[in-house]
Amino acid sequence: MKKIISVVLVLALCAGLFALSGCGGTQTVELDTSKLVGNYDVPELRGTEINVYNWGEYISDGSEDTLNVIQAFEDLTGIQVNYTMYDSNEDMYAKMKSGGASYDVVFPSDYMIARMIEEGMLQTIDFANVPNYSYISEDFKDLYFDPDNAYSVPYTGGMVGLIYNTTMVEGTPDSWEIMWDEAYSGQILMFNNPRDAFGIAQFLLGQSVNTTDAAQWQAAADKLIAQKPVVQSYVMDEVFDKMESGEAAIAAYYGGDYLTMADINPDLAFVYPKEGTNIFVDSMCIPANANNKAAAELFINFMCEPEIALANAEYLCYLCPHTAVLEDERYTLRGNEVLYPQQEVKTEYFYNLDRDTQDLLSRLWEQVKLA
Amino acid sequence: MKKTSLTAKLVNAPYIVWSILFILAPMIMVVYYALTDRDGNFTLSNLTSLSEYTETFGRSIWYAFLATVICLLLSYPLAYIMARSKASRQRTLMMLIMLPMWMNFLIRTYSWITILNNTGILNTLFEAIGIGRVQMINTPGAVILGMVYNFLPYMVLPIYSVMCKLDQSLIEAAQDLGCNGRAVLKTVIFPQSLPGVISGITMVFVPSVSTFYISQKLGGGKFMLVGDAIEMQFQSAYNYNLGAALSLVLMLMIVICMLIMNRFTDNSEEGAMLF
Repeated sequence: MKKIISVVLVLALCAGLFALSGCGGTQTVELDTSKLVGNYDVPELRGTEINVYNWGEYISDGSEDTLNVIQAFEDLTGIQVNYTMYDSNEDMYAKMKSGGASYDVVFPSDYMIARMIEEGMLQTIDFANVPNYSYISEDFKDLYFDPDNAYSVPYTGGMVGLIYNTTMVEGTPDSWEIMWDEAYSGQILMFNNPRDAFGIAQFLLGQSVNTTDAAQWQAAADKLIAQKPVVQSYVMDEVFDKMESGEAAIAAYYGGDYLTMADINPDLAFVYPKEGTNIFVDSMCIPANANNKAAAELFINFMCEPEIALANAEYLCYLCPHTAVLEDERYTLRGNEVLYPQQEVKTEYFYNLDRDTQDLLSRLWEQVKLA
Repeated sequence: MKKTSLTAKLVNAPYIVWSILFILAPMIMVVYYALTDRDGNFTLSNLTSLSEYTETFGRSIWYAFLATVICLLLSYPLAYIMARSKASRQRTLMMLIMLPMWMNFLIRTYSWITILNNTGILNTLFEAIGIGRVQMINTPGAVILGMVYNFLPYMVLPIYSVMCKLDQSLIEAAQDLGCNGRAVLKTVIFPQSLPGVISGITMVFVPSVSTFYISQKLGGGKFMLVGDAIEMQFQSAYNYNLGAALSLVLMLMIVICMLIMNRFTDNSEEGAMLF
């Protein structure tokens, strides 16, 4: 008898948990389908599925009163979306290269797009099926990695900048030099990935981040080794916690992410250093081995819908390449100084490095880490 | 030798297929990659270039060794006390040890960052009671703590299961024949519990020596362990060959360590089962 009672109690508990999670998960924001520009009633695609491979937390997902974009697309088109996530271009590349999975839409960054085009991993998009491409700003067309605008539809962009805590840093820094300043020893956070970390040293040294000169890379490595004693830790996403809590005073990270941090810790400030900084664009692409190209193009077109792009831009806080969003009064980040700075910021894209330079870079990065 | 029946073969088949697919095949790939260059030609340069990593290997083994010793010192008395307490109490203690393992390993490690940070829970407490700030995060100590915390149950459980089976009458006999507490421990309890100790050591040492997540999060990415070096080769440097060479050497080192360990338990069946 006692056993039966406990079984019942356990079941009741589980049911309760389910009900709770159910509440949290229900969609609160409905998509007003009358505002959509494109046609999403494609009978022959109903019941098919697409595999979408995106960065983590890189789409409006229905949490905290946002629109669940994937759900809306599924409801509208009857296409099932298998949505999976990665946390670096390299992860995504390695997964696709290993051939273990086939995707219909991926979201690589600029240099990775160049590399994937070069290696034949992407196919051209039929823009007749993506009429909403016309909303993409001219600034985000004809970019170096896709000069003919054939393979990619820009989704977001961003620039790396210097984030600092105004209560811990004196004055207003305007140079990467502060990340080498002994006065802030043990309070500096550096990128834990080679390309971004070297980028900062290279901007400071006045080099191109795409140099093929081994001596320049070596000089940048020496610069990073010299910085090591003052660095608190090498981080990626841990930067949020550490800057929000005041654990560290200075960090280099993306402008969009700064906005998220500043929401929690208003003492944080942001600047684009005068030596220049890295700019990136993440675009939607269709892999060469996609199984359902038509649905992939429908999905990309849907992502470029003004309503959807607005929901994503609000959720992501990154630079938005969509002209209708930029003009939309409802866009809360319109004219934001961090995302859309008034004065010119000196920027440089990362290019895809040749194999020798890549090998050199990883060897030097190890030297930095081993030093 | 008895011929295996068809049923036995059928029962074994899934396990054999599993082993070939997920243990043997990857091992062969590791060896293949370690001994070839990017274009698939045979080379030893991957292995010879590992001399640069001597310090990394040394550090990994040293940290893993410390973590294992601390785990052993903590687990042994705990397992003994657990095994000798009432059945209901045993269940509670077991529950307490297992409970953290229900949570994801990554989340548990990440939580330690919040605890050990300079502005974290412990340091806030220290400052409140006047001790002042202690640098804990981004130190080797934090990494070893992370290893001990995460892998402690793997040490407790095998020792506990051996302790449960301990023949109580032998202890009584030893006491009757005039052994003092220390001698009982040394000559009766410890030798009998050795198989559990050995498998505990293996289960703590192996994951500790190859970890990369703990050192990245709690060590601040300032020093590399072998796991970090391997991860880097596969994830960002795309040098599968060097990564495989590192893995191969790491595996060999683990096997050698285990063989040395096993010499202490020549007659024990459980210890021998490791291989």
